[in-house]
Amino acid sequence: MHRSSDNLIEVRDLRQKIGAQEILRGVTLDIPRGETLVLLGQSGGGKSVFLRHLIGLMRPVSGSIRIDGEEIAHLDERQLEPVRRKIGMLFQDGALFDSMTVYDNIAFPLRERGERNEKVIREKVAHSLELVCLQGQERKMPVNLSGGMRKRASLARAIISEPSCILYDEPTAGLDPIVSDTINRLIRRLQSQLHVTSIVVTHDMVSTNHIADRVALLREGKIHFSGSLAELHKTTDPVIRDFVEGRSREID
Amino acid sequence: MKFPYSFPLTRAFCLYLGQVAFLAWEMFCSIFAGRIRWRIVLHQIVEIGFGSQAVVIITGIFTGAVFTAQIFFQFNALNMSTAVGPVVSIALCRELGPVLTGLMVAGRVGAAMSAEIGTMKVTEQIDALRALAVNPIDYLVVPRAVAMMISMPLLVGECIFFALSASYFVATSMLGVNSVFFLHHMWRYTHGKDMVMALTKGFVFAIIVVIVGCQQGLGTKNGAVGVGRSTTDAVVISSLSILMINFFLTMALNMVFPAGGGRY
Repeated sequence: MHRSSDNLIEVRDLRQKIGAQEILRGVTLDIPRGETLVLLGQSGGGKSVFLRHLIGLMRPVSGSIRIDGEEIAHLDERQLEPVRRKIGMLFQDGALFDSMTVYDNIAFPLRERGERNEKVIREKVAHSLELVCLQGQERKMPVNLSGGMRKRASLARAIISEPSCILYDEPTAGLDPIVSDTINRLIRRLQSQLHVTSIVVTHDMVSTNHIADRVALLREGKIHFSGSLAELHKTTDPVIRDFVEGRSREID
Repeated sequence: MKFPYSFPLTRAFCLYLGQVAFLAWEMFCSIFAGRIRWRIVLHQIVEIGFGSQAVVIITGIFTGAVFTAQIFFQFNALNMSTAVGPVVSIALCRELGPVLTGLMVAGRVGAAMSAEIGTMKVTEQIDALRALAVNPIDYLVVPRAVAMMISMPLLVGECIFFALSASYFVATSMLGVNSVFFLHHMWRYTHGKDMVMALTKGFVFAIIVVIVGCQQGLGTKNGAVGVGRSTTDAVVISSLSILMINFFLTMALNMVFPAGGGRY
């Protein structure tokens, strides 16, 4: 097995089609360990599709995806399980199991990995809830939580089994600026406390400025730009400037 | 051969059969590999088995009652009213009991399975399961399948018991059939093999309801509209499949457990 020392994730020439539409047209991207990469791009540009490939929820038409040196592009569901245990994912709407309480949702990964000691589970759930500032909500059902709380509970579920990488799909979408700021601080805090590699898909520039170590811009199915936050702000590329400054050229 | 595939319906049907076969294969592989979550199985037995009892008992009672009345009206004209017991009993064991239970469970449980799994699919909960390294077939399909395989034969037995009890009550108390003759003839012409046939059919119908319900749920697309469509399709497809497969099952099982013959 090939093992790269610097990069946790290496993607080469990733292509994906949905129906007749080519969503990804040869994405190549490296994500170093311990870094927070923000993947920017227009809505419907394939950012979430790209993210789903990194945890094997979608299979590419062609290309290579290496997680911790292991090629995952052609693994089947059962072969993907060990890879998925290294990665946590925050879904856009939280994707909490609506038949379970917040406590059972967060305890779910531990129980599924064979943890039977309820005292250990309780302690770990309490620690995860504390990390996401959601203490005291254990007995609620997901339907009784606000959007921001649902995302935080989902994040608590994603981090409870201490993954080496967390994927965030639009973590601040649909939230007010205050809750968005809470989520941004949380992502930063998790990075500094747990030293995880994070990939954040968003089109929120405030969020990007807050959390990014590195930024990549996905445009027309390819990585149009990849660099540091400072490089992003310095660039004179009109496409990137339009995106950063939130300017449309379609209607004048 | 290219010709049949040029018809979109033929293609869709072949695709559907392939998906069903694939799901069944994955499900049985998981069961035989011992990947069974018994806690969820017990929960599902309560949901499926215990929760379906009222429906099955009411179906059994009124089917037994009305079938007895109709058979009596026909047979009494031929002075054969004591034959009501065995006719009702054999018909209930060999056909009506398992088929009606299958249809009622398909309507109640198949629809619920499809709606629940379909909603999980469109709200990304299935993807969340996969992302948490939990196989949705092991977690969602296998416990439901095992619970159904245990519950359905019991429900079929329960349906037949209540149907025969209702038949006895209607025949003896309302239609004036001699109770000793009724029971004697019923016992004489009904065999253990008829009951084995009923339970075997119940077991097979359980697999049909689970596979169709779960396949429809896992294949749900397009949000709430898709969940509604999957639920309807699950009930329609499993009900029609039960009726069609029942015929072939009857022919096959009749070779193993031939009908006829009485105890003398």
